[in-house]
Amino acid sequence: MTNVQTKANATAVPDAGLNVPKRRRRLHPALVIAAGAVLVVALTYVLPPFRNYQLATTGAYLCVTAGLTVLTGLNGQLSLGHGALMATGAYTLALTQNKWVNLPLSFAVAILVTTAAGAVIGLAAARLRGPYLAGLTLAVAIVVPSVTSTFDETFNSDQGLSVILNPPPETIPMERWQAWLCWGAALVVVLLLALLIRGRFGRDLRAVRDDETAAKLAGINIARTQVLAFVVSAVCAGVSGALFAVLAQSVSPGAFPLTLSLFLVMAIVIGGLGSLFGALWGAVLLVVLPTLAQSVGEQTGSQQLEGNLALVVFGVVLVVVMLAAPGGLASIPSRISRLIRRNR
Amino acid sequence: MDRFIYLTFDGLSRGLVYAAFALALVLIWRAARIVNFAQGSMAVAAVYVAYSVTNATGSYWLGFVVALLAGLLLGVLVERVVMRFVDHSSPLNGVVVALGLVLVLQGTLGIIYGNEYQPVETPFSRDAFEVGGIAMLSRYDLFVFAAVGTVVVVLTLLFTRTAIGLRMRAAAFAPDVSRLLGVSVGGMLTLGWALAAAVGSLAGMLVVPTELGVHPTAMDVVFVSAFTAAVVGGLDSPIGAVVGGLIVGLLLSYVSGYIDVTVAPMAILALLVLVLLGKPGGLFSSSKARVA
Repeated sequence: MTNVQTKANATAVPDAGLNVPKRRRRLHPALVIAAGAVLVVALTYVLPPFRNYQLATTGAYLCVTAGLTVLTGLNGQLSLGHGALMATGAYTLALTQNKWVNLPLSFAVAILVTTAAGAVIGLAAARLRGPYLAGLTLAVAIVVPSVTSTFDETFNSDQGLSVILNPPPETIPMERWQAWLCWGAALVVVLLLALLIRGRFGRDLRAVRDDETAAKLAGINIARTQVLAFVVSAVCAGVSGALFAVLAQSVSPGAFPLTLSLFLVMAIVIGGLGSLFGALWGAVLLVVLPTLAQSVGEQTGSQQLEGNLALVVFGVVLVVVMLAAPGGLASIPSRISRLIRRNR
Repeated sequence: MDRFIYLTFDGLSRGLVYAAFALALVLIWRAARIVNFAQGSMAVAAVYVAYSVTNATGSYWLGFVVALLAGLLLGVLVERVVMRFVDHSSPLNGVVVALGLVLVLQGTLGIIYGNEYQPVETPFSRDAFEVGGIAMLSRYDLFVFAAVGTVVVVLTLLFTRTAIGLRMRAAAFAPDVSRLLGVSVGGMLTLGWALAAAVGSLAGMLVVPTELGVHPTAMDVVFVSAFTAAVVGGLDSPIGAVVGGLIVGLLLSYVSGYIDVTVAPMAILALLVLVLLGKPGGLFSSSKARVA
């Protein structure tokens, strides 16, 4: 029975050729992650504090982009509400942390709460397709400031909450500790996702994305697969939001605007939908491009340019990538190698 | 009771604006099977143009006309330069490109005009007339009724009574056959986008002065409300868009009036979830609900 199923899947799911080069021996994800961990630790000793902080931010972004790229790229569900899910994680962490001042506990609670939130949205999302889903999740993203001001005794409206943290051991500088924390979480998230999508679950995701009828005939429970994908990706967003709360030591609705959700979509599209390496490039761009735009703005001395140039650049890049290279950055090596092979 | 009457008229006036905006979404959906997520930002761009023109010349009406023309032009540009080249094999692509446009427009407007709310004047007073001591309608509400009413009538006549309207419908529903019959399908698509963008700009011109003023993100919540209106009525149905707009307007008005303004977006979300889960094709869906 299992044999028949895999066969049916294999025919139902032609590899999109985006991120899986044909039959090349791939490294085990654990090896890649271990190498990444060594690299990050080495970097934190070399980089100055501000760069370490940026490194930490990249790690925090990586959590959410990795989760979102699995949802959108592999399962075909576009969510514009991941900014709101990050806010859920961040606020949960802030509330728990301010009560018990226990970071591991706060992360656990944040994960639990975003799992629940993801399950609720995912249940609705499983019945919706394309633009309908995008519209619903957009409404979720818009609702964040409204929730924080309606229940302002808990969330303190636009000012938000500050987060109480125990300082790290004195031997470790704050920024290095933040980078370790964020990358520790990010690497665990990416490793789990990589293991998850290389197995049967990943095949199911792609099957549902490419042809629901064929997937159903192959014995895949479509609704369950979609809800699970949403929950997994929501948890990643929650972890990322919690990390941002720790990084900023505060949470406010202003930190999770609609543009954040749009930026996340941009990051995974540019990186290459469905590719975890693409999610990494996306996370790097999310940190690097605004910094560059800001320095350009500072040089020209225009404050309006400083905040908005990044938006324009992101938007233009998003449109151009979508029209010219829908596979994103992650597809460029395989595109080049295909070109070289053709010319030989 | 007085309050109820006032809120009802206020809701109808708001609802008509949402109806116009939802109508713009429906126009593009029918023509191109794309939900134009950039509609809000395009409308804001047109409102900013009007703002500049009005500030330079001192004439509201000149700004008003220029905004509609700017909307028309922006619609043509967006379709000809960007949307035409989107690969439609996945419904996600159109949405993602529209989101890219949102970022470009918001960023550009922010660079030119800054990220502060700029107050915009209304052509008529917003003080409500009183009938028997009960506040009912303002001159501005009447202006909104007239403007949206005109748009609905003109669009209905255009689509049902003119040759160009027939061509547009044919191009949308059977592109290949229409092409064989000599209809310029691409041209009709561009025209559809231009019309929709102009209607969206009109809605922007009507709604922005009633809120905080013009800002690069001023239409975000309006867009979600109008999307909800379009979904309530069914994305395929122009009548549905108008009815959906009125329902959303009344809901928002009652919720803001009786509970709190901050609750309004949550009410919209709740309505959207209810409709999508209960009747995803909308109240006026004639055909089977589409998957995309």
